[in-house]
Formats: sequence, structure tokens, C-alpha cells
Amino acid sequence: MMTEISLNILDVAENSVKAKATLIKLTVCADFKENLLTVVIEDNGCGMTDEQIKRVTDPFYTTRTTRKVGLGVPFFKSAAESAGGSFHISSQVGKGTAVTASFQLNNIDRMPLGDICATVHTLVTMHEDIDFLFTYKVDEKGFVLDTREFREILGDISFKSFEVSNYIKDYLKENLTAVNGERII
Amino acid sequence: MKSLEELKAIRERMQGQVGMRGEEENSIRVVVGMATCGIAAGARPVLTAFSDLVQEKNLTNVTVTQTGCIGMCMYEPIVEITMPGKEKVTYVKMTAEKAAEVVESHIIGGNVLTKYTIKD
Repeated sequence: MMTEISLNILDVAENSVKAKATLIKLTVCADFKENLLTVVIEDNGCGMTDEQIKRVTDPFYTTRTTRKVGLGVPFFKSAAESAGGSFHISSQVGKGTAVTASFQLNNIDRMPLGDICATVHTLVTMHEDIDFLFTYKVDEKGFVLDTREFREILGDISFKSFEVSNYIKDYLKENLTAVNGERII
Repeated sequence: MKSLEELKAIRERMQGQVGMRGEEENSIRVVVGMATCGIAAGARPVLTAFSDLVQEKNLTNVTVTQTGCIGMCMYEPIVEITMPGKEKVTYVKMTAEKAAEVVESHIIGGNVLTKYTIKD
């Protein structure tokens, strides 16, 4: 079991990495009027067959060979559904996959979003060959992190280098604080 | 607020250093397991700790990367360290605090912290 929604995001986004995506879009959107937190993880990777989509929420299904269970997607699904939300996967072979999970914001069983900055920073710096588009919204306010913009400026300078890594960390933290204001999500 | 202008300034400063880094042959590799089992057991702060420490201490010969599940889920978070010419060392049940110790003792000092490694 994960303790933060952002850990689920990190875990499920790794599936997109394995699916050989070149662009992964992460969206976190909190809508207090609708009492809804929506998370979308969308990639342009290899996609899944209808048969695989059916089985992917089964904890005893995995494509791995190192163990016999696959809990990433079932964890995410159960986190959403136990917080009055819903869970949906759409996928097309050769096109990509989109995983959408929604949560009731004020549900007592909703996990905190947790350290989403650490999740995005980890994904971005550990997978430099993949582009990430992270969108964060709380009601009307929001911000975007697009690694394609960063890459265009930086050329072949690594995201892992000290200054760039810190820049990305601060970029996420400062924008998130500005958007969140007093609210903790 | 961070602007892209700031990133351009970083690039200007760094352009002279490009090519200094990268996977050299004599480099030390730190590999953190980041599958569901690892993440659920707390691998994200461990990975962050290694990356931050390697940067802070300017250990340019150390590469921090991640891997999937190696089939020992009950010992996660697992960290493997490979040094040139030496056998791979596997640390188990890691935390950010233990990571700091491993950086000091093993990566910088060359002494394996056997109290945190897996026993046969």
C-alpha cells in the first residue's frame, strides 16, 4: 500500500517508461467546487491489448518475471475507489495509455497527495530521454513544467547536474506553493 | 518565481564544463530499486538522498540510477553499489539516513557497511 497519491503517480508513471513512451503527461487537478481531485497519467508508449487492459487491475497479473504479482495499478485503483472516486484506463496498441484516477477531496479515506514535487523531480531527472509535461491545477490557478522547454535551453547539459537539478526542484516548489496558497492537498 | 531566463543563465555558466561528466569507465554506480515494492517501502526518499549527497559532495565519478524489481521485495528499499574491480554490494531496508552513512563510509571511504548489507 502506498501512503501518498504522489507515490502511486511515481509508480504508475514507471509503467509508461517501461512502455517506451517518449512523452509522458502528468496532470494533477484539484477542484474544490466539485470536491474532486483528478490525476491523469498519459503516455505515447506501446499501449495494451483489450485483454491486457482487462487483466491489469488484477493483482495476480504482471508482465514481470521477477515476481508473480503486479500491485501498482491495483493500489492506485483501490486508493481512488476507497476515497469515493473512480478509476479508468484507456489504451490502444501502438498509440499509448491513459490512466485516470479521481478522488473525493474531502473524503476521510483519501490519501494526501504527498510530495508531488519529489515525484516529478525523480521522474524528470531519472529519465532524461523522455519528455515530461506536468500540469498542476487548483481551482483557477495552475502551472506547467515542460521538460521540452528546459531541453531546448539546456541542449546536452544533464538535468542531473547540480545547478539544473536544483533549479527543477525550486521551480516545482515555488510554483506549487504559489498555486496552493494556504491549502494542503 | 523561477523563470526560464534563470535556466539560460545556468546554461551559460555550465557550457564550459560540458563533457566533464558522464559514464566514465572508473565510475561508481548506485542503483536504487524503484518498482512498486521499492516505492511502497520508501525508495523515493532514498533515491533523493543519494542524488542530493552525490551532488552536494561533488562526487563526479558517481552515477545514481534506478532499476525495477529484482525479486527480493521483502528487503526493499534495496540499493546496489558497484565499484570498478570490486564485487557488487547490496544494501537492504534502506532509509535516507542510512544512505548518508553509506555515502560517507562506502562511497567516499571505501569501507562497506556490512551491518546494512544482505546476509547469505
